[in-house]
Amino acid sequence: MADVDKWVYSSVVKDHFMRPRGFLLGEPKEGEFDSYGEVGSLACGDIIKVWIKVDKETDKIKDFKWQTWGCATAIASASAFAEMIMKNNGMKVEEAMNIKPKDIADYLGGLPARKFHCSILADKAFKKAVENYGNKK
Amino acid sequence: MFCRYQKTDELFKRLITVFVVGMIKIHPSTRFKRSLRMYMDHAAAAPMDKRVKKAMEPYWTENFGNPNAIYKEGLIARNAVETAREDIAKILGARAKEIIFTNGGTESDNLAILGIAREAKQNFSRFTLPRNGAGSDASQNFASLPLLVPHIITTKFEHHAVLNSCKRLEKEGFEVTYLDVGKEGVINPKDVAKALRPETILVSIMYANNEIGTVQPIREIAKAIRDFKKKGVIGVAKQNFSRFTLPRNGAGSDASQNFASPRLSAAFPLFHTDACQAPGYLDINVERLGVDLMTINGSKIYGPKGIGLLYAKNGIKLEPLLYGGEQERKLRPGTENVPAIAGLAEALKIADQDREKESMRLVKLRDYFINRLLGEIPKTVLNGHSAERLPNNINVSILDAEGESIVLYLDEAGVACSTGSACTSESLEPSHVILAIGKPHAYAHGAMRFSLGRSTTKKDIDYVMKVLPDIIKKLRMFSPVNIKI
Repeated sequence: MADVDKWVYSSVVKDHFMRPRGFLLGEPKEGEFDSYGEVGSLACGDIIKVWIKVDKETDKIKDFKWQTWGCATAIASASAFAEMIMKNNGMKVEEAMNIKPKDIADYLGGLPARKFHCSILADKAFKKAVENYGNKK
Repeated sequence: MFCRYQKTDELFKRLITVFVVGMIKIHPSTRFKRSLRMYMDHAAAAPMDKRVKKAMEPYWTENFGNPNAIYKEGLIARNAVETAREDIAKILGARAKEIIFTNGGTESDNLAILGIAREAKQNFSRFTLPRNGAGSDASQNFASLPLLVPHIITTKFEHHAVLNSCKRLEKEGFEVTYLDVGKEGVINPKDVAKALRPETILVSIMYANNEIGTVQPIREIAKAIRDFKKKGVIGVAKQNFSRFTLPRNGAGSDASQNFASPRLSAAFPLFHTDACQAPGYLDINVERLGVDLMTINGSKIYGPKGIGLLYAKNGIKLEPLLYGGEQERKLRPGTENVPAIAGLAEALKIADQDREKESMRLVKLRDYFINRLLGEIPKTVLNGHSAERLPNNINVSILDAEGESIVLYLDEAGVACSTGSACTSESLEPSHVILAIGKPHAYAHGAMRFSLGRSTTKKDIDYVMKVLPDIIKKLRMFSPVNIKI
């Protein structure tokens, strides 16, 4: 018998989707973050926006927040990415830049193939934020 | 435990209480419990009616015969198939021989569209063939005629069974017009009239849209086509078709015999409607509707899956999709699905009996639901005409939240419904129906369809309205989108 309680995505995806962590409530306060990045479009059906605060001394990410409009995997991958880079008081920017979509998918216990390209956007939004941060510096 | 309960009978009482309370909690009649489901996707599949199941019961193991056999077992099965056919024909106002059983709505749509087109092409092909050295009387006459490409009219928001059949025909050289459906999702018969051409062979327009439930003016469209045909015979078409329609005494060539048939000009264009969503709520009498072909399937009307029918008016020629035995007048070979055919007939009978009462009941629930959705969830808009829609269809776009997420959150809360979001489709394309009514992509991604059914009560809707606003609040809480209406 097929497992009827099994969800359409992995239990880790479900957990991040149902209880997303590390999102920003409302608009950011003045000076709360150093920079932000945004990817996706209304036409595609997924938009993600991320904000970063970087420790200038250590180059560690002091704070990372996200907002996502999109499907379950888009929301879950943003939440997972936040958890990945904020572990142990924040990753170094350089290290976080190396996180690939596959790393996020693995962290989530796998994703359906067709969801892979379109809904893992957190890493791309993060790279944009870092780019914007670099331009500001 | 024994320390707390000194007396055995007290423990026994306690156990009984626990047992009874436990039973109430898990018993399906107890509403609003976590384990209970609010099923609101009847347009996708309806639960099979118990009466239908009963009607099918004798034809699995007991009367299992092949209806094409001439001994007793075969005759019993044949009788079941033909009785079902007659019963269905009566409900549709058709003749029994005009009913072709298929394996469902998709097959019926394919058979209607590809079948008509490929049959008609056999006539048309003679126009387009190079005529070097063709010596027949007929071909010389036709040589002077303009090249005619057979033409089909459909709409932008048909079911994919129709749309993709038409796209296939475009590859085969047919021309297809995809009509706009307007902001309300209701076809204007004048647009159909304008699109008709002398070489139009088929018009295929759905009776009620499966996503937004809007009901199409099938009778008016049928009348527009009839008017065109009348005009066509004496007017425009005559220039092109006059040679076909004239009796050709003594014309012996193959071509002239084909063209001599008056059917080519008089019968075309034919009118097909996909009525899969209709039988429970709308008049499906083919005479009153004025359709030449009509698709119906079982699973949307509390019947079995894997069964459908195509009504094709007497005299209409179809090229079959499958080749094999002589079942269904060679139009659909293969041993008949006897139990499902019996089930389909029963399901249609019940739909026919309950139509008025159930429609009146559901219209009230539908409007109650729509009013609450629009009133209690900000930035929610109705998709499709508010009145010209199926009594069981609710389709709203909830902005700044995304459909797949809403479906999955509702699923967790015990509610089953569907969305026009791209995320749930294999192709990752958002609903072509929501785009066809002129709404932006974001509206399609947030489109939610709730389709009510026989088991739906006001309590179910109240339950959805208890959980849905909070779900939307939560999704909007971490959404960066703020669409202006």
